[in-house]
Amino acid sequence: MIPENLKYMESHEWARQEGDIATIGISDYAQSEIQDIVYVELPEVGTELTQKTEFGVIESVKAAFDLYAPVSGEVIDVNESLPDAPEQVNESPYDDGWFLKIRMTDPAELDALLDADSYQAHIEAEHA
Amino acid sequence: MKQTPLYQAHKSLNAKFTEFGGWEMPLQYSSIVKEHLAVRTTVGLFDLSHMGELEVYGQGANALVQKLSTNDVGRLTDGRVLYTLFCNEAGGIVDDLLVYRHADNHYMLVVNAANIEKDRTWVENHNDTGAEIRDVSEDTALIALQGPKSIDILKPLVPEQAISEIRYFRFILGEVAGIPTTISRTGYTGEVGFELYVSADNAERLWHALYPEVIAAEGQPVGLGARDTLRLEAGLRLYGMDMDDNTNPFEAGLGKFVKSKGRQFIGKDVLVAAKKKGIAKQMIGFQMLDRAVARSGYTVYQAGEHIGNVTSGAPSPALKCSIGFASITSEAMLNDKIDIEIRGKLHPAKIVKVPFIISSQ
Repeated sequence: MIPENLKYMESHEWARQEGDIATIGISDYAQSEIQDIVYVELPEVGTELTQKTEFGVIESVKAAFDLYAPVSGEVIDVNESLPDAPEQVNESPYDDGWFLKIRMTDPAELDALLDADSYQAHIEAEHA
Repeated sequence: MKQTPLYQAHKSLNAKFTEFGGWEMPLQYSSIVKEHLAVRTTVGLFDLSHMGELEVYGQGANALVQKLSTNDVGRLTDGRVLYTLFCNEAGGIVDDLLVYRHADNHYMLVVNAANIEKDRTWVENHNDTGAEIRDVSEDTALIALQGPKSIDILKPLVPEQAISEIRYFRFILGEVAGIPTTISRTGYTGEVGFELYVSADNAERLWHALYPEVIAAEGQPVGLGARDTLRLEAGLRLYGMDMDDNTNPFEAGLGKFVKSKGRQFIGKDVLVAAKKKGIAKQMIGFQMLDRAVARSGYTVYQAGEHIGNVTSGAPSPALKCSIGFASITSEAMLNDKIDIEIRGKLHPAKIVKVPFIISSQ
């Protein structure tokens, strides 16, 4: 399940553009590999993120995984329901399981990310 | 990496694999939480063939096993199992293991996978009683059936034997689905269950006899991921994490398995002296007070002071918070409030009694 309208990182985060706002999360492939997500640690509203740097952590029963920002910008909204219901990331990675909304400093950064086809190819290469 | 005789069976179930003690073992088949909860509510099927088995035979068998064990093997009668430690001369734990007494002149030692060679060498080097030692690890497969439905599943497969009459920490030599099996009422999950030893040649036959019954009982095959969370909830230590060659049994919270009255064993004098002097480090169980996950190696504080480290930690599927063991200074045990540093931040936790859960065992 790789929605066409999103942009992807090789580290499996996605970004959905609406004007200069990007909503971000992790892909269905990532959640199915990580499984059993029990904890999500996210930055506060107002935090400045830089593309391709760590912005948070998710933990499964087995291990912790770093999250990387698909774009640079200011965090303007955080999914407040995740700390109490982190399983939403497993159940609904593209909708209820979103992490942050970011006001992008440079929406052109999205061009450097993978489109759905390239991401599909990336997953297949990683899995091979 | 070594593979067990059931490697293909795991592959055909699309297991995810992990390296453990030099073995390529199934980490999980479906999800760690699902597998964990299956063992707590129905039944789980485990391949534990990586564990080591050393047989000790002959006139000197009893004396040799006694000399190596901190627990009193002399209390065993035929058909009984004992949990014990082997300690070195400095009181450090060489391994933790189960001792099966077949007869006065025949014991089986079941040891940790990563320690098979170390333990075999240890036993051989201290064999001054003329016992015969055979490492049968390669020829032996171990399949565990754990959970409240394990008795119902085994009953029809074990004719002429009253499976429910085998009491905890006892074993019989019988047949399961026509396969010669050492049927042991033991486990590492806190649930009622059995550990089934068969020859490696028969491993697949036994697995395939049990698997459909497990699925029919709404159970799951269970990998090492859930084995770890199950043993944690049950308050059971893991060698290499919660203890090692430099930890003595008292520091690991295993003092009750040291029986020094009226018997001799390797490490005894040091351990008796250490206990008299007072133990500086203690192992405690902790529970996180927020949702953060404390893992092995994380630093433990109390009132801003560094008091120790987490030795094992994971989210508990039953308690919906993280639990674990930590090794802390004895003085710090007077106060149950602790903090654990996770990625640079202190998270609140409290010292709690183990086992963390009450289970069917």
